[in-house]
Amino acid sequence: MSRSRGNLALKVSEAVPVFAALADPTRLTLIGRLSVEGPLSITHLSEGTGVTRQAITRHLTSLGDAGLVRDSRRGRERVWELDLKRLEKARYFLDQISAQWDDAAERLRAFVEEE
Amino acid sequence: MTANTQEAPATATTDRIDKRVELRAPRSRVWRAISDAREFETWFHMKIDGDFAAGRTVHGKVQNKRFEDANPIEITIERIEPERYFSYRWHPFALDPKVDYSVEPTTLVEFTIDEAPDGCVVTIVESGFDNIPLARRAEAFKMNEGGWNGQAKNLTAYVA
Repeated sequence: MSRSRGNLALKVSEAVPVFAALADPTRLTLIGRLSVEGPLSITHLSEGTGVTRQAITRHLTSLGDAGLVRDSRRGRERVWELDLKRLEKARYFLDQISAQWDDAAERLRAFVEEE
Repeated sequence: MTANTQEAPATATTDRIDKRVELRAPRSRVWRAISDAREFETWFHMKIDGDFAAGRTVHGKVQNKRFEDANPIEITIERIEPERYFSYRWHPFALDPKVDYSVEPTTLVEFTIDEAPDGCVVTIVESGFDNIPLARRAEAFKMNEGGWNGQAKNLTAYVA
């Protein structure tokens, strides 16, 4: 038990910046595009957004600091891609409570249908 | 029987949980199971110290040996529309006796019943998670790991 608590504490401290980084429409849009279109350059990511490259770069840096995206050089270009493991962790907490509601709903079913 | 709950369409939100469950039971039966505290406590596995009435605060004690020391959870009934809608606010899974949850934001739990061909459909929405400190969300996870699933199995065995 105490060991699992230690592991969990680590996960919590990791998840805080993840939620903070996601709490912005532009950054959520960037995450959405990277998940659908795969790795993209800043040029591609700022096209048609009405947001400057500098602003996009700032948002990507925030997402990078939270461990949600990472960048790498491809030839002369810098491309950004999702770091999926961190996103999965962010979802994890809500998924637990969601599972408890599944159980509760199933108990409600048993209760009203077994009469 | 396998779970027949469905997630609402996927969104990026971290604020709410949305469940939809089809029940082969009349609306009036389901309404009673949700809105009558004596019935609610039976399937929810939480001992409740009063009756549900709009605006009233009751206290729920989780019926699980693992959480014997936990303080009762404060549940404030928000709105009751007979046969259709029931809502309350609470501190979700506030089971650690060392934590004062009263200072924290609550989540809103809403039950809505609609007619369906073979009975009715209950929609359960819990919202407001974005206001709850992250550490608490993780605590909720820790406290419930295993516990709630085990309870569900107990009840299934009990009613079958």
